[in-house]
Amino acid sequence: MNIGSPKELGQAEARVAMTPDSARQLQKLGYHCVIEAGAGLQAGFSDELYRAAGVSVVGNAAALYETADVIAKVRPPEQQEISRLGPGKTLICFFYPAQNHALLDAARSTGAGVIAMDMVPRISRAQKMDALSSMANVAGYRAVIEAANNFGRFFTGQMTAAGKIPPARVLVVGAGVAGLAAIGTAVSLGAITHAFDVRPEVAEQIKSMGAQFVFLEFTEQQQDGALSGGYASPSSPQFRDKQLEKFRKLAPAMDIVITTALIPGREAPKLWLADMVAAMKPGSVIIDLAAERGGNCELTVADQRIVSANGVVVIGYTDFPSRMANQSSTLYATNIRHMMADLTPGKDGNIVHNMQDDVIRGATVVFGGEITYPPPPPKIRAIAAQQPTEMPKALTATDKRALEAARFRRATRRQVGLLVLGGLFMLLVGAFAPPVFMGHFIVFALACFVGFQVIWGVSHALHTPLMAITNAISGIIIIGALLQITGGSGSRLVTSLAAVSVAIATINIVGGFMVTRRMLNMFQKS
Amino acid sequence: MNTGIQTAAYITASVLFILSLGGLSGQESAKRAVWYGIVGMVLAVGATVVSAEVGFSLVLAAMLALGAVLGAVVARRVEMTAMPQLVAALHSFVGLAAVFIGLNSNLTPHEFASVAEGNIHEVEIFLGVFIGAVTFTGSIIAYGKLSGRIGGKALVLPGRHVVNITLLIGAFVLLGLYMEHAGSWTLYAMTLIAFVLGVHLVMAIGGADMPVVVSMLNSYSGWAAAATGFLLGNDLLIVTGALVGSSGAILSYIMCQAMNRSFLSVILGGFGTAPGTTVTMKGEQLGIDTEGVAAALDEAESVIIVPGYGMAVAQAQGAVSELTQRLRAAGKRVRFAIHPVAGRLPGHMNVLLAEAKVPYDIVLEMDEINQDFPNTDVVIVIGSNDIVNPAAQDDPNSPIAGMPVLEVWKAKQVFVSKRGQGTGYSGIENPLFYKENTRMFYGDAKTSISALLAARPASMSAA
Repeated sequence: MNIGSPKELGQAEARVAMTPDSARQLQKLGYHCVIEAGAGLQAGFSDELYRAAGVSVVGNAAALYETADVIAKVRPPEQQEISRLGPGKTLICFFYPAQNHALLDAARSTGAGVIAMDMVPRISRAQKMDALSSMANVAGYRAVIEAANNFGRFFTGQMTAAGKIPPARVLVVGAGVAGLAAIGTAVSLGAITHAFDVRPEVAEQIKSMGAQFVFLEFTEQQQDGALSGGYASPSSPQFRDKQLEKFRKLAPAMDIVITTALIPGREAPKLWLADMVAAMKPGSVIIDLAAERGGNCELTVADQRIVSANGVVVIGYTDFPSRMANQSSTLYATNIRHMMADLTPGKDGNIVHNMQDDVIRGATVVFGGEITYPPPPPKIRAIAAQQPTEMPKALTATDKRALEAARFRRATRRQVGLLVLGGLFMLLVGAFAPPVFMGHFIVFALACFVGFQVIWGVSHALHTPLMAITNAISGIIIIGALLQITGGSGSRLVTSLAAVSVAIATINIVGGFMVTRRMLNMFQKS
Repeated sequence: MNTGIQTAAYITASVLFILSLGGLSGQESAKRAVWYGIVGMVLAVGATVVSAEVGFSLVLAAMLALGAVLGAVVARRVEMTAMPQLVAALHSFVGLAAVFIGLNSNLTPHEFASVAEGNIHEVEIFLGVFIGAVTFTGSIIAYGKLSGRIGGKALVLPGRHVVNITLLIGAFVLLGLYMEHAGSWTLYAMTLIAFVLGVHLVMAIGGADMPVVVSMLNSYSGWAAAATGFLLGNDLLIVTGALVGSSGAILSYIMCQAMNRSFLSVILGGFGTAPGTTVTMKGEQLGIDTEGVAAALDEAESVIIVPGYGMAVAQAQGAVSELTQRLRAAGKRVRFAIHPVAGRLPGHMNVLLAEAKVPYDIVLEMDEINQDFPNTDVVIVIGSNDIVNPAAQDDPNSPIAGMPVLEVWKAKQVFVSKRGQGTGYSGIENPLFYKENTRMFYGDAKTSISALLAARPASMSAA
């Protein structure tokens, strides 16, 4: 079959769904690759490069749609593109079926199949084709670069002969893929980075990227992202209030705010209100990565850079990935290529549209003349449920004292209990046994006690020498044999048994001590 | 020599023994501790020999000399890998001596001030002989298992608990008869019963539980000495026996905790033979060749080596030490992670590594190193299996569920040096071998590590 990528129709779109590299890989799957002339130009891939990779270059979109059985592109199709589809063709692109009902209907009527790259389920097996993540990664990186471009200072703090430069303070709201990428970039540029997310399980990831997690003290159970496939879901009004209150407190100190909060299938939540922008210092920058969906900041205007009354730059570009077209095309084309690999189990250039497969089923929105969106929930949960991270509470002195007292009481109770039990047992023995025995018994009990106390302190590495030395010491039984060897009846049997005992106990003593010394002499420090 | 001085010598010896055990808390003080033990022993034996009750004789001197020579020869010759067997064998001597002394005491007529004292004396004889006999045969079986003369698998007779209980009841009945003065045969019969019990108890315990068995026998030998002390009314024997007994008991407890098993379940045995739930493993074990491991080690900055019984079997500690030196010379961070039950004796791995001149400050315990695995580039698992089995944490149905394990799978890459694809001593599949970051480095541990050394004679030390 033929797989082809047209030139994107959107004016600002510089990406392309096929690169020379990905074309080579696709050919290994048995496909013939086609590309529209000039499709990769803006992303830095000339037609020559494609030809060198064995790709047929066709003159216009109409010819491409004619030859290709599988059409891979980036943006959702325009009406004229849909009209070129037909039965037996498969379209692979970002589709956003939740927002594009009319488009979905139009695609269905053509009889073609549509695979939406944005609908790939978030399970580990599908990570290699998760185009949303790879684009978000680019967006997060570019957001920081864009912010740096608009911010008049260094990110990193410096002490120079010409004066002290304070480090930039960056707040990243929403630690999804884009957020984490932004955190990583900001940290590596030297900024002091804070990050916030409603999902408690990402606190660890945030910290691992080198940012500080903005902790929200909120008693209600915070959201568990695992239930919603790794995405955030809307929060309660109380939680939102608490969150805004926290942001309001942070706003004056922040130089750069990057918001990435999105909830699948909804308007972006308004998290950075006008008063917070007003509270920021002039020259600060807000990058709103949620601008396409209405923006997290109240002042955001999609696709525009505006400056607020107090001199804060608010950037609402929606084409961050396209601004790094070469990088994002490479990643996107790889995602497409992995999707094709899953669709081509035989590596024979023929698509097998297996609707039993969780990943393929999830991403397919139109198939066999039917709209197959929304898909049933995936069989595998994306991420294991996680325990919310609790802020290690600083114990007050009284708390600590109370805790210690309780522990002390518990230990005391246990010890007293044991002592009483032991005492009762002793009483019982003492009531019946003669005094001579009791004298020995006291010695025995004390020795056991001392033994327990002493052995706990023995270091783990020395357990084998400990066994050897106790072995040697238990040869003390020789004393018993010595007392019998000449004493008492003097019968021959007694004497010979005692003599054997003396000999074997001596083996124990000498052997045990020598082996212990041998072992201990081997231990050495580096 | 009068009894006052003898008692003084005994007291000094007791104190020295306590100091000797206490001194084992650190590697440096341990060297002094052995001398405390030796001096204590010389004092105790010397004071007894020259006392009025014993008196020096030719037989005595001959026996002491014979024992000393044999002991010295054994101690010189023994391989460090054979330590577990040696310890078990030495335990059996204490047990046998206790049996002989008990029997002798029965043969020697005594006179008692009261009936109660007489009864107690009889119980003491019985107890001393019983513990001694169990220790004796138990240690012999443990020796056989550890030295490979007897198969390591647990022998599980049908109704083995019933057998044990019957034997115990039999011993009790004989005690009753003995105290009714039914004659010495009851004591001999009981000795036989105790011999059988000792064999049966240890036969039922699988090879992986041997660290517990050895320390438990250690404890028994102590209690046997203490019982003998009661029998002879000798406080030094009581004190020393109690010290050894409690030491062994604590060691057993520590071992059991390390395996997350109750002491009773280990002692009653039968572990590792139940078929359990055989989990079918997905995926396959991927092998790797010497060159692959060497390349990964070239790249690595931090390496953790996890030795197990397989290293001892293959005598690979020397090669491992050589590898460690080269890696350290190349500026890499090399450490050893020791699980409490690695090997067949508590602390077995520490001794082997010490023998191979691995410095003890890079040899760490499980609790000290477990959190470091995620930051480690390469983990080399040498001949250990159950102690690195993630099923202990992930699979609640696993027979080893809940046992603390070394979390090697969290490292970036894991190499497992292993002879074949078989399961470990417990017979449990190990999901570690199927993990994506695990590669199996098949072959005898010594051959494999030596091949690794040969693969990078220069570059590793120069890198």
